[in-house]
Amino acid sequence: MLDLADLSSGYGETQVLHGLTLRAEPGRVLAILGRNGAGKSTTLKTIMGLLPAKGGSVSFDGKTISGMTPFDIAKLGIAYVPETRDIFRSLSVRENLDLAARRFACPDGGWTVARVIELFPRLGERLNNGGDQLSGGEAQMLAIARGLLMNPRLLILDEPTEGLAPIIVKLIHDKLADLKHQGLSMVLVEQNFGFATSLADDVVVVSRGQVVWQGSPAAIRANKEVQHRWLGV
Amino acid sequence: MSTDLGFWVLQMLNALQLSMLLFLLSVGLTVIFGLMHFVNLAHGSLYAFGAYVAASLSGAFGYWGGFVLAPLAVAALGAVLYFTLIRSMRRAGPMAQVLVTFGLIFVAVDATRLIWGDLPMGSAVPKTFEGQLALLGVQYPIYRLFIIGLGLTVLAALTLVLSRTQIGAMIRAGVDNDQMAACLGINVERMFMSVFVLGCALAGLAGAVAAPVLSVTPDMGLQILIPTLIVIVIGGLGSLKGAVVGSLIFGFVQTFGAVLLPTLNSVLIYALLAAVLVIRPEGLLPAKG
Repeated sequence: MLDLADLSSGYGETQVLHGLTLRAEPGRVLAILGRNGAGKSTTLKTIMGLLPAKGGSVSFDGKTISGMTPFDIAKLGIAYVPETRDIFRSLSVRENLDLAARRFACPDGGWTVARVIELFPRLGERLNNGGDQLSGGEAQMLAIARGLLMNPRLLILDEPTEGLAPIIVKLIHDKLADLKHQGLSMVLVEQNFGFATSLADDVVVVSRGQVVWQGSPAAIRANKEVQHRWLGV
Repeated sequence: MSTDLGFWVLQMLNALQLSMLLFLLSVGLTVIFGLMHFVNLAHGSLYAFGAYVAASLSGAFGYWGGFVLAPLAVAALGAVLYFTLIRSMRRAGPMAQVLVTFGLIFVAVDATRLIWGDLPMGSAVPKTFEGQLALLGVQYPIYRLFIIGLGLTVLAALTLVLSRTQIGAMIRAGVDNDQMAACLGINVERMFMSVFVLGCALAGLAGAVAAPVLSVTPDMGLQILIPTLIVIVIGGLGSLKGAVVGSLIFGFVQTFGAVLLPTLNSVLIYALLAAVLVIRPEGLLPAKG
């Protein structure tokens, strides 16, 4: 579904990805693990077109998307939930949701504002609050809800549990597990090893901008050497 | 004199009229800046262009012809500027943007000299708004009341669009975080272009309404630039409320300063600007939290 081939990218002069190659399969959850600074967030930003690919390519369903704008990539069906959540602070919760809902409404069986509120009832209580009045957990729920309202074919999430209380982490985990069982394809960048390996179908480990290991969640859970060497677990 | 109610009413109206003119200019500049992170120093020149177009068209089409056509002409010029310069300079960084738009000011000044000459042009107040109106004991020119009313109308319309419509939500989202807005499928490039052109049209409108009360000269764009920049820095870059508050503060400080503290007047607004920059460098009502 999503193919990164020999991808190089970075910020300005600083190159972060050095020929990264990976593939996300449809209907599955791919977890990208690695230490801080390994290039996980950079990978996601390059997929979204927020950072330019300096070499190699990104393709989505066989179509090359590297070089496209974030707007075009979003239109193709990739929703991005950034590490910083990036809730629009001057918009109410309802406006944040509507922004995505109006553009990507899907006539039959698609995500609607009512359905995402069913998924995260907390957001329903907060509809008229400003985007700057949310707790970290609420902001994360809103960021995921906003992504779902784009009725994406692929949802990419950057560190969805970062900074959240354990009870919220559990809630986000369960909701993402529900989405997975409904067949949503996801790419997940995560520091929380337990969270990631419990959700993922496939795991890649990134270090210094390259994939250094790939396999199943069970395999990495059993492989203390990989965990110690590349993740510092 | 300062105990006389008429004096206060008169100065208040003068201050309001100056504020509304500045508002029409600063609102476009500040929203363009908030959205595109682009400093368009040539915004004042667009205002001058609007005044010239309105003044020269008023002969053939009357005041209202200029009133309608000047914003359209300035919007068209804005679109040309957008596609030739602004779009390709979006990622060039502030220094390059400042230098290029600063250069545009000189081009504009000389271009207006070439086309319209050095002599100030005037334009007449429309017949409908000739004369004075008695208001709370003072006689006040109706045309100046019209400028106040127009500013308030534009303010109300923009507030409504920005706070209540989907387009307004898109613009606010773009000011908050244009990259995330693009990731949510908002065509930010098209939005930038529209907002830029609309901002230019408002500058043209300001020029058209200012033409009958000020003398239309090649350097009028340069003269209004500094007050406009002060307004948006005091108010907070990118913020509509900031443009309103900044314009009112500038208008009132400038007008009342001139009559109450004439010796200090030239430094008053700069002292205020300095105070804002020290105490609240992001402006009084910044667009971003």
